[in-house]
Amino acid sequence: MYLFRGSPTRYVQLFVWITVDIVLWGFITKYFTESVGAEFSFVTTLLGAVILWDILSRAHQGTTMPFLEDVWSRNFLNIFATPLKLPEYLLGFIMTSLFTTGLVVVAISLFAAVVFDYSLFSLGIYLAPFLGILFLFGAALGILGIGLVLRFGPPAEWFTWPLAAVLSPFAGVFYPISTLPDWMQTVAYLLPPAYVFEGMRGVILTGVISGGSLVKGFVLACVYVLLMYALFTYMYRIAIRNGLIARYSAEGP
Amino acid sequence: MSVLNVQNLTKVYKDVIAVDGISFSVSKGEIVGLLGPNGAGKTSTISMILGVLEPSGGNVFIDGKDIVKKRSEALVRTNFAAVYAQLPGNLSVYQNLMFFGLLYDVHGIRARIETMLEKFDLKHYKNSKVGFLSSGEQTRVGLAKAMLNSPGLLLLDEPTASLDPSTARTTRESIKEYAAEGKGGVVWTSHNMQEVEAVCDRVLFLSHGKILLEGNPKTLAAQHGKKDLEELFITVAREPLSLDI
Repeated sequence: MYLFRGSPTRYVQLFVWITVDIVLWGFITKYFTESVGAEFSFVTTLLGAVILWDILSRAHQGTTMPFLEDVWSRNFLNIFATPLKLPEYLLGFIMTSLFTTGLVVVAISLFAAVVFDYSLFSLGIYLAPFLGILFLFGAALGILGIGLVLRFGPPAEWFTWPLAAVLSPFAGVFYPISTLPDWMQTVAYLLPPAYVFEGMRGVILTGVISGGSLVKGFVLACVYVLLMYALFTYMYRIAIRNGLIARYSAEGP
Repeated sequence: MSVLNVQNLTKVYKDVIAVDGISFSVSKGEIVGLLGPNGAGKTSTISMILGVLEPSGGNVFIDGKDIVKKRSEALVRTNFAAVYAQLPGNLSVYQNLMFFGLLYDVHGIRARIETMLEKFDLKHYKNSKVGFLSSGEQTRVGLAKAMLNSPGLLLLDEPTASLDPSTARTTRESIKEYAAEGKGGVVWTSHNMQEVEAVCDRVLFLSHGKILLEGNPKTLAAQHGKKDLEELFITVAREPLSLDI
């Protein structure tokens, strides 16, 4: 919070890419709708999908960023030599991400409504579980990124940014999962966002959605958070054993 | 009573023994100097005491709490300052002290910060970003952070390395004063032997991960036929086998 207060430019990175995405996809969907006719709702399926995917990416980056701030300011030794416990450390990142993601949800909902007449709330009561699943999975990806940087050092930072993008083809963001080849479908159903995007299309096209698939997506997202926490703890133990934390501060990146 | 008890502490990296079964303790009110040439194992020892490096063997107890088994309870009674552990430059002095004060669960944090700002002559820089301060000022902020929670064990790795002689003297006095209050013990590393002699009650000379010599810094050099502590240090660093130990 001190960093956001001290440098308002940090707010810019929260909104800039997601705004660019909405503008880009907003006009693409507008063009599709005008070319093909109004039979199919491109705005709700494509623009809605872009917004939801960006929310997941925001949750992911929002979890990783405060950790990277510690890396960039070479603050590891100071932090890890305090009584702070690992779950508290990670929970702090997740809470920060919840705050920044919340800001983004409010801002882009308003922006999409004003500029493209699209309301995220058209998804009705399903919006809450959709956002919950996407946030949890984004946080899980963030924890994975943190673990990788802790284990492999600051040069592994580049690996954290595209984590969500790498998974997007499997998640069925813009197309039904049935479009994918069998092996990709198998992978897709192991990823919580797939249940959100399938659900979103279900709401838009038929107005109904399987409660079971939402529960499955939510449980999977929780499992990923726990798995990534376990992986982070393992990476931390390796870093403590090899003296990586002490060396981060002593030698720098 | 010991605030720090190190028992047979060992650290092995693959085939290199960085710390080789050292044992020592630090009592309340005592300042112990950890001396030795670069690579002797001082920083590894401090890292293990701080819980950021896992020992290959042995134990560290801070106020009777095992650093491995009761890490948080042990570390809440500890603090440190080191030349290689700068505080985040993008936060102000006050924000840094508030941030770490909350992590160390300091009661009456605002008043305590004001006391530390006064003690280390930092009032003027309260709202300045740490990154904009001179290295000497940054060292003083690090020391203010290190004493924020009135630690039972204070670890100082070359605390006066970047200070001018006047500030270094004031800092030494602050730390001696702190130890004299009897609330905590201090482990101090320095390459300034005059400073060590002036400040430390006891010194441990490390070489190749082992404690080679231990004693009163005012008498230790003479005991080993050396002119002063600096000459003894050079002998430990270059020809440890020539020492009569």
